[in-house]
Amino acid sequence: MTVTSTATDTPSPLPERLADATRDETSLRRFLHGLPGVDQVGVEQRAAGLGTRSIKKAAKRWAIDTAISMVDLTTLEGADTRGKVRALAAKAKLPDPEHPDTPRVAAVCVYPDLVATAVEALDGTGIGVASVATAFPSGRSSREIKLADVKLAVDAGASEVDMVIDRGAFLEGRYGQVFEEIQAIKAACGQAHLKVILETGELATYDNVRRASWLALLAGGDFIKTSTGKVSPAATLPVTHVMLQAVHDWHQVTGELRGVKPAGGIRTTKDAIKYLVAVHEVAGPPWLDPHLFRFGASSLLNDLLLQRRTQLDGHYSGPDYVTVD
Amino acid sequence: MPDSPFEYAPAPESRDIANLKPAYRPFINGEFADGGGEPLKSVNPATEEVLAEVSTASKSDVDTAVKAARRAYEKTWGRMPGAERAKYIFRLARLIQERARELAVLESLDNGKPIKESRDSDIPTAAAHFFYHAGWADKLDYAGYGPDPRPLGVAGQVIPWNFPLLMLAWKIAPALATGNTVVLKPAETTPLTALVFAEICQQAELPPGVVNILPGAGDIGAELVGHPDVNKIAFTGSTEVGKLIQRTVAGTPKKLTLELGGKAANVVFDDAPLDQAVEGIVNGIFFNQGHVCCAGSRLLVQESIVDEVLAKLRYRVSTLRIGDPLDKNTDIGAINSREQLTKIQELVDSGDTEGARRWTSPCPVPERGFFFAPTVFSDVQQSMRIAREEIFGPVLSVLTFRTPEEAVTKANNTPYGLSAGIWTEKGSRILWMANRLRAGVVWANTFNRFDPAAPFGGYQESGFGREGGRTGLEAYLDV
Repeated sequence: MTVTSTATDTPSPLPERLADATRDETSLRRFLHGLPGVDQVGVEQRAAGLGTRSIKKAAKRWAIDTAISMVDLTTLEGADTRGKVRALAAKAKLPDPEHPDTPRVAAVCVYPDLVATAVEALDGTGIGVASVATAFPSGRSSREIKLADVKLAVDAGASEVDMVIDRGAFLEGRYGQVFEEIQAIKAACGQAHLKVILETGELATYDNVRRASWLALLAGGDFIKTSTGKVSPAATLPVTHVMLQAVHDWHQVTGELRGVKPAGGIRTTKDAIKYLVAVHEVAGPPWLDPHLFRFGASSLLNDLLLQRRTQLDGHYSGPDYVTVD
Repeated sequence: MPDSPFEYAPAPESRDIANLKPAYRPFINGEFADGGGEPLKSVNPATEEVLAEVSTASKSDVDTAVKAARRAYEKTWGRMPGAERAKYIFRLARLIQERARELAVLESLDNGKPIKESRDSDIPTAAAHFFYHAGWADKLDYAGYGPDPRPLGVAGQVIPWNFPLLMLAWKIAPALATGNTVVLKPAETTPLTALVFAEICQQAELPPGVVNILPGAGDIGAELVGHPDVNKIAFTGSTEVGKLIQRTVAGTPKKLTLELGGKAANVVFDDAPLDQAVEGIVNGIFFNQGHVCCAGSRLLVQESIVDEVLAKLRYRVSTLRIGDPLDKNTDIGAINSREQLTKIQELVDSGDTEGARRWTSPCPVPERGFFFAPTVFSDVQQSMRIAREEIFGPVLSVLTFRTPEEAVTKANNTPYGLSAGIWTEKGSRILWMANRLRAGVVWANTFNRFDPAAPFGGYQESGFGREGGRTGLEAYLDV
């Protein structure tokens, strides 16, 4: 699964109502605060309800393969080395050596200084190289440094950039600043896809998640992403519901397809399938595609591989039968 | 979603769990015995197959049952200390929990409701009603009706087919907790779980005659209501039958509570949490195929957001899955009977004729069985039948309003008044509206939530009296 096209390749003018929303700080605030609220009890109930759909047999095999193809295989540790990245790249290319027909993951996600290593290791495979730029994970630095961070990643060949928004500015209500920063980074990305990390655990309310989602979409983010993985709670099903609803609504208004990426804490196939059910029913079937939905995860892949084998072989093989990278 | 490769696998509960028997019999004075009435066949509305033959009560069986209940009231149950009664009622509650899966599957087979509703809502709430009322049995002195409030005697109870076991629990639990004995007639099309409940009464070693269950049609209900030795009538069902009962009971010393039809307004303001409001609208009207007397069947949307709400609603409704009630992926099950299906069809046709705009979910509908695809009427006016009459099916009528005053006026412009919903982020408006809506229950930013501690009942043609909570005890006490 390669990332070949982006929804914003050919930017079409926004409908008047949305174009007007970004005219100045005041209209932006008015627009974001004019969005319908999110009722906590209701969204959590809906998320729990959808979690009980039964996915079995052919549909389960399809779901596992689709989920594998949606994984952004991630390593974001201070201790990351080139060797670790090369190992991850090898896993991305051939997730299960005993079952070479296993789909490849969507991308490998690393820090900017390791992008070159990842690009080299994945050369010619079509697997994306994503990089967390913009003073990840806190985002607490100057605009110049954030842009330089992005430039470092993009110059080294990253095809996808995962930026973090300035949560401080967002929580202070300086939406214009957040908006401009996303725009500036989008411009700095060039051809690279931009995933905007909202860090929903720090935004605290579902209302904020919805506002931040729209803010990121208005500013041109190709994806909205829940978390850095460094803050708890990271991705949750109800938060992802709110974000899927936002891209669905965005599509209704603009005709554009934008993506969603939950990240952090999704470790099991069972969980991943619950997310796919939400994608299917909240955003809609077109989003069941790595171009529009990703999992940011490091340990999820192995569970998906184990479950895939269980489906194919008829028995569970155990964690020693998949590689640890 | 027909084009998606992401098909949910059928996950049906096994019908064997229901322990379905070929024949069921009335339960009188602690024993199952053949009734003298014409036997009836209980049909699975999802397949139209006959589930079981049910022996029904005759008029003389009604008399036998009332006599048994009277004896039990005078000799054992009425004079038993509350703490002792509580033990029995707790035992009933626990046995319902123990047999929950069996009851859920049987309920879905007999009624057509989706298993996820019978399993997650009906049966647990029924058990909760017994638990809640068991707690009251020895505390009646503190219920606010003076020291030592007395039971009424024999309660005659008639319940509908939409929530067979849950309505039984609503009726029997408070009656037993307050020291009354019971003769209950379940609905003609859904008698099975009530007769399994009779088995549970035996299992709990409830003294004979305390609970009597008489399957049968309306004539048996009428006989029970008219019986001179019954002290209290509790009825849940149609307004039409409710009026008949009220005429019969008028002038007698019998106490009466009626829980009848509804045409609830679900009011959505422009500042509502729209996505959750849409969920609430769906839950309000499509829960239990719309066979809910408090269903939010009249959606009142502020004019400024009606297009947005309708677009979201149609998208959401098109994802509802209709089909095998025993499949846990099913959102909407079968209409309870052919008769009801015909009635829904007739009212929907009137909506077409009167010029409302009809939208029907494109979901695939099973060929066999009684099914009706979720339907939303927009451009509905107050004067239309679909805005005034209870449809009792998965059919929503959408009207609009401009101001909060108009919302109140339109919401109250109905002969009914069982429930209402308000969707707004503004707390002060919720309180303002709730004070003005003539409805027994007003939900705010949610719909169709039930709790044994919350009284439930109606205004005007939706009946009178309350069930549940401290208030609900009054209906079974001499106060």
